[in-house]
Amino acid sequence: MPTANVTMNVRKANEQASVIEIHGEVTAFAEDALMEAYTKASDGKTKAVIIDFSDLQYMNSSGIGLLVTLLIRANRQKQQLIVTGLNDHYRQIFQLTRLDEAIGIYDNEATALAAVG
Amino acid sequence: MTSSNDSDPRDNAWAKPVDHLSTKDMPVGALNLNVDGRGLTGPLQGFGQLWQKTYKVRLPGVQVSPAEVVTMWKAKLPEFMPDDSRFYPSFAGVAPGEILLIDATLPGPGGGITVATGVMILYADDESFTVMTPDGHPESGFNTFSSYEEDDVTIAQIQSLARANDPVYEIGFRFMGGSKQQEAIWHHVLTQLATNYGISGEVETSKKCVDSKIQWSQAKNVWHNAVIRTTLNAPVRAGRRLFGR
Repeated sequence: MPTANVTMNVRKANEQASVIEIHGEVTAFAEDALMEAYTKASDGKTKAVIIDFSDLQYMNSSGIGLLVTLLIRANRQKQQLIVTGLNDHYRQIFQLTRLDEAIGIYDNEATALAAVG
Repeated sequence: MTSSNDSDPRDNAWAKPVDHLSTKDMPVGALNLNVDGRGLTGPLQGFGQLWQKTYKVRLPGVQVSPAEVVTMWKAKLPEFMPDDSRFYPSFAGVAPGEILLIDATLPGPGGGITVATGVMILYADDESFTVMTPDGHPESGFNTFSSYEEDDVTIAQIQSLARANDPVYEIGFRFMGGSKQQEAIWHHVLTQLATNYGISGEVETSKKCVDSKIQWSQAKNVWHNAVIRTTLNAPVRAGRRLFGR
């Protein structure tokens, strides 16, 4: 299988929210990296997982599929899945694929955290 | 936004935003029902359990790149489909935003149940293309056709991430042979693709239930059910045949 062209950093934003910073491309080959990052981001107290797409180079349709799978996992843990840093093109993709109906979209981490409360 | 979020030429692989589908400029042959004016439904909008199903065929000894496989696949997609699921691409073919009309026969009494529906090409690049379903389609979700290399062998793959769109379809998939038929369709497609390269490939299948929960709030999707609407349209089609219109 081709290697993923992505790295992901995980950090805590506060006691209840974690951030996964995406650097690179989100395609089918990013699955292991994304699920590993989610596992790191998700401890017993995590109520919200924020995915920061500010440094996203590219995402294809398989990448969107990964986000669906991630959302299901997060919902199972009673967590919100939120994204920040999307450019206009990917905001449109989230609308086209109707992911925006289940995943909160915010301009930046501060507004996302304020919304989570 | 950082500079790495600037426009990428690959952005053109995505369909442009659309509220409702349009089936103007479609070739004759398909029933062309239940697509025009419909909205799109993804894996989060359907009724039934969410399944990810992956079908793969290896092409050992065939000197062909993933891009060459997908180019050929886009051109020959209708030829690879079985008789119980005919695809009719638009004149522009498999390209982002284009429509594929589908005439299918689902398992049922009297030789099966006719359904006319379609899909939209959500994404298409050199090594993959993805379709997304409209209101009323048996499934709500994505289906990705792709090719990649693994251990110096080119592989062709179909992966679906979808739910049954409404309760009628969920019953059909679970209890009336719908899932088996669907799997047989994709086995057929990949077998035909391998045959195209002179290989009698064995199709590997893996299935994962991503979400076992039923989305009861989406039961209302049955309003758009393409099987029911195709059936209700049958007298109209019969009348047209009778009176030559």
